[in-house]
Amino acid sequence: MADGTEPYRITGATGEWEVVIGLEVHAQVVSQSKLFSGASTTFGAEPNTQVSLVDAAMPGMLPVPNRECIRQAVRTGMAIGAQINPWSRFDRKNYFYADLPQGYQISQLYHPLVGEGEITVLVDEKDEGSARSIGVERIHVEQDAGKLMHDQHPTMSYVDLNRSGVALMEIVSKPDMRSPAEAGAYLRKLRAILRYVGSCDGNMEEGSMRADVNVSVRKAGGELGTRTETKNVNSVRFVMAVIEHEAKRQVEVIEDGGAVVQETRLYDPDKGVTRTLRSKEDAHDYRYFPDPDLLPLELDQAFLDECRASLPELPDAKRERFEGLGITPYNASVLTAEVETARWFDTLLDAGADPVAGANWVSGELFGALNRLGKTVADCPVTPTQAADLLSLVADKTLSGSLAKQVFEIMLDTGQDAGAIVEERGLKQTSDTGAIDTEIDRILAANADKVEQYKAGKEALFGFFVGQTMKAMAGKANPQIVNERLRAKLNGAT
Amino acid sequence: MSDLTTKTIAELRDGFRGGDFSAREIAEGFNAAVVAGRGLNAWTVETPALALAAADAADAARAANALKPLSGIPLGIKDLFATEGVDSTSGSNILKGFKPPYESTVSGKLKDAGAGMLGKLNMDEFAMGSSNETSAYGPVISPWQRNDGGNAALTPGGSSGGSAAAVAAGMAPGVTGTDTGGSIRQPAAFVGISGIKPTYGRCSRWGIVAFASSLDQAGPMAKTVRDCAIMLEVMSGFDPKDSTSLDLAVPQWEAGLSSNLKGKRVGIPTEYRIDGVPAEIDVLWEQGVEWLRDAGAEPVKISMPHTQYALPTYYIIAPAEASSNLARYDGVRYGLRETGVKTLDDMYAATRAAGFGAEVKRRIMIGTYVLSAGYYDAYFTKAQKVRTLIKRDFANAFEDCDLILTPTAPSAAFGLNEKMSDPLAMYLNDVFAVPASLAGLPAMSVPGGLDSQGLPLGLHLIGRELDEQGVLNAALAIEERAGFTARAEKWW
Amino acid sequence: MSVNADQVRHVAKLARIAMSDAEVDALVPEFNNILGWVEQLAEVDTDGVEPLTAVIDLKLRLRDDVVTDGDVRDKVLANAPDAQHGFFAVPKVIE
Ligand SMILES: [Mg+2]
Ligand SMILES: [Zn+2]
Repeated sequence: MADGTEPYRITGATGEWEVVIGLEVHAQVVSQSKLFSGASTTFGAEPNTQVSLVDAAMPGMLPVPNRECIRQAVRTGMAIGAQINPWSRFDRKNYFYADLPQGYQISQLYHPLVGEGEITVLVDEKDEGSARSIGVERIHVEQDAGKLMHDQHPTMSYVDLNRSGVALMEIVSKPDMRSPAEAGAYLRKLRAILRYVGSCDGNMEEGSMRADVNVSVRKAGGELGTRTETKNVNSVRFVMAVIEHEAKRQVEVIEDGGAVVQETRLYDPDKGVTRTLRSKEDAHDYRYFPDPDLLPLELDQAFLDECRASLPELPDAKRERFEGLGITPYNASVLTAEVETARWFDTLLDAGADPVAGANWVSGELFGALNRLGKTVADCPVTPTQAADLLSLVADKTLSGSLAKQVFEIMLDTGQDAGAIVEERGLKQTSDTGAIDTEIDRILAANADKVEQYKAGKEALFGFFVGQTMKAMAGKANPQIVNERLRAKLNGAT
Repeated sequence: MSDLTTKTIAELRDGFRGGDFSAREIAEGFNAAVVAGRGLNAWTVETPALALAAADAADAARAANALKPLSGIPLGIKDLFATEGVDSTSGSNILKGFKPPYESTVSGKLKDAGAGMLGKLNMDEFAMGSSNETSAYGPVISPWQRNDGGNAALTPGGSSGGSAAAVAAGMAPGVTGTDTGGSIRQPAAFVGISGIKPTYGRCSRWGIVAFASSLDQAGPMAKTVRDCAIMLEVMSGFDPKDSTSLDLAVPQWEAGLSSNLKGKRVGIPTEYRIDGVPAEIDVLWEQGVEWLRDAGAEPVKISMPHTQYALPTYYIIAPAEASSNLARYDGVRYGLRETGVKTLDDMYAATRAAGFGAEVKRRIMIGTYVLSAGYYDAYFTKAQKVRTLIKRDFANAFEDCDLILTPTAPSAAFGLNEKMSDPLAMYLNDVFAVPASLAGLPAMSVPGGLDSQGLPLGLHLIGRELDEQGVLNAALAIEERAGFTARAEKWW
Repeated sequence: MSVNADQVRHVAKLARIAMSDAEVDALVPEFNNILGWVEQLAEVDTDGVEPLTAVIDLKLRLRDDVVTDGDVRDKVLANAPDAQHGFFAVPKVIE
């Protein structure tokens, strides 16, 4: 029901409740090597093979920061119009855990790399009016932790440090979201921006994007309530589920006369519920302080200029440009939602396709076909250039809509060019009036009775004559010409 | 052939090059001295084979005319340095049996320069101490004894106590030390040798077990100022693996040695005159001023108003950094692990309780406390602000002078167990050494003379950032005039 | 500020150092002794003074993004008290 226009409310025994949501997204930075070591970041390698002595926190090892990780975080900040801090520094977040070899995570608390920014989302793609602007508090860079495996041994947990030290961006939103739908839209939009920028692959299955979900409830417009944080939720669907469940749970707690405890919770996707991980009492005391192994990070103008210059056209700009070409807002948002689709469509335009016809064809024919084949534009058997040729054949009337469909099907399973197919299989549509007249005369002669009935006023028969003619011409006759000639002959011959 | 173990690094180097003796003879001489000196407990590991291997390589290099700067010179390496394949335990039980699969940058530079390794040197646990009594291997005993006829065991100072004792007892011509708040200078002063802590960033910290990262610096300890210059030249240099390493060419300090201090102004800081310091130390300080004047320098009175706050500042910042640096000793990846506990947290707590000694625990606790919620600003941030003021004191002082002269320590070597029960009294040892550490400045201790008990006293020179040469030269001027030749009578 | 046994116990928990009540009680006075001593810093006027951020004024160097390390599992596990099947093994963690 949260279609973006009506406010999302939880109806409890004591009335309507509003949900306040903030998201902390951990996005893995796309880089060859780790944030502070030269070990590889490739996913899924043998345990502890992508670990340097630095990542394993051997005595005397020291961190040296990776320029590309800083660059990607800065570009991401620029992409959401955020303030970039030319002076920032790294702090140590101290806590003990088996996946944290140093006994601290190198992060940024006091002076983050990126300050306030903003992301505009459409809660409902079909509804321009559902636009919301969600504030981003900050983006900082930090180390990922290793991985624990609990199912390998009855009494032991196994530690794999391959991920230890991989660069993460922590993107912290303001508590600006008010419904699961808004949170979902924010996550999808953030993911799109990261993928446009190329700073994160957005692959939630592999954990390249995880969200900590902060939820609290309050009587509409009232005082902010106590929030809970549900950690490491790894899909848009789960994030929305967490919010729904957690909001309902908090309302029940409060209405049963209890109080929401500030705590860290975990989401159980199988049961679809959240449960307490850490209560405030035994909350960590992280003892943040500036990392003495690292000096302040100062970025010069040349570095910042390169970051900005290397930014691609972003979703909102693309969307506006597409709409400027006469493409419907809905098509424009569908075409820009995924960076691959947008780039595919841009290539189609570059190859000379008409924007409107092209947009309709992509969101109709192409998406339809890809769905059937279980493919994406990424592995689409037809290139944008081939598609542009096909559309041009429709534009110049070489192909009728129905012929175009047949040709496209053949292109999909042969990968051939439209032109070639048309030639080989003679699917060209004909506007040869001579040939068309001959057939029409034959059909009118063979159906003299029907001609009489038509002339007597049975207009409906016109369609019959058209059908017969097209059939006789094996569907290749230009429909307009067939219509013109039939009208002329039926109405003229008296 | 005279006893090689009494020679300086320069004498050994030149004699070896001149063919007076072979590198093997040198190595065998020191290997024997190490064995003979076991009673001093200066070494945690002896590596005679490594010393001989390097010596044979040096002899071959000499034959092939391919000598390196330290060919033929065997050295002792403080246990805080990771040495590949050789136990590196930082004087702690929690690193028992730890054999690094890597070599610290500094010890690696020494080896690449042809030096051999005699062994690893005992030290206060994780370099936390000023008497070497916090070592898991037990205290090092100074080769020096009081002239009162008694034979009370004295401390060689700390944390580089094994390093100091090894040189003073002729078990090594030179050694590496590390200095976080005086750990090279105070022991050097206690045993009558020279030691220099260079500008922060001169020596790479990579592979040196971290105590307090913003203060830790490696440096050489040896019989003479020249020997310190020779070693420091090899130990220094840019290391891309250390983000705080200075990307600067290494000056030729040995070639630049000159005891002519004409035109140099030597600052005498009023605030370094403190109560409870034996008169002899003030007298030596005055003597030092005269020696420098005699060398052509002009003494000037200077004031550094925040000096008295340096020690408390240090005892907030160093433990805070240490509490975090030592979190990695958790029994998971190396070193000690206490078993027979159920949960991960119990394993951590049991391992760290068993692996760390009392002083290390004390400092981890203090450091954890001053960083914890509600106290961070009152303690840590406050201390970092005072540290800024202390650095500023030096900047102001160096507008009126080129060097600063002070005593190295407020007392001569003291007896074992004399101060262990009183942490604050122990901390006071570094009252003169700590300010330069907080400011990251080069500072050196050079022997000045003996006190009435016949124990060595050191003089302390502090220079401008990167002015190791100025410090070495002034130390040389004192060395020439002090004519300090006293050596501990061999009783061990 | 001065600490009592419970606070010392809490700090010991944060620092993951097991301590008997006797050890805690012994540490309380030492702890307060040291805190009382460092608190003389309160006398120093630090208004408008920036905390020291770097001992030497250097800019943080940034490394090129190339794989130069890793693939040294043997070295990584060489000193492990308990390594199994290429992993470090620790007492089971239940989340
Ligand atoms: Mg979080
Ligand atoms: Zn984070």
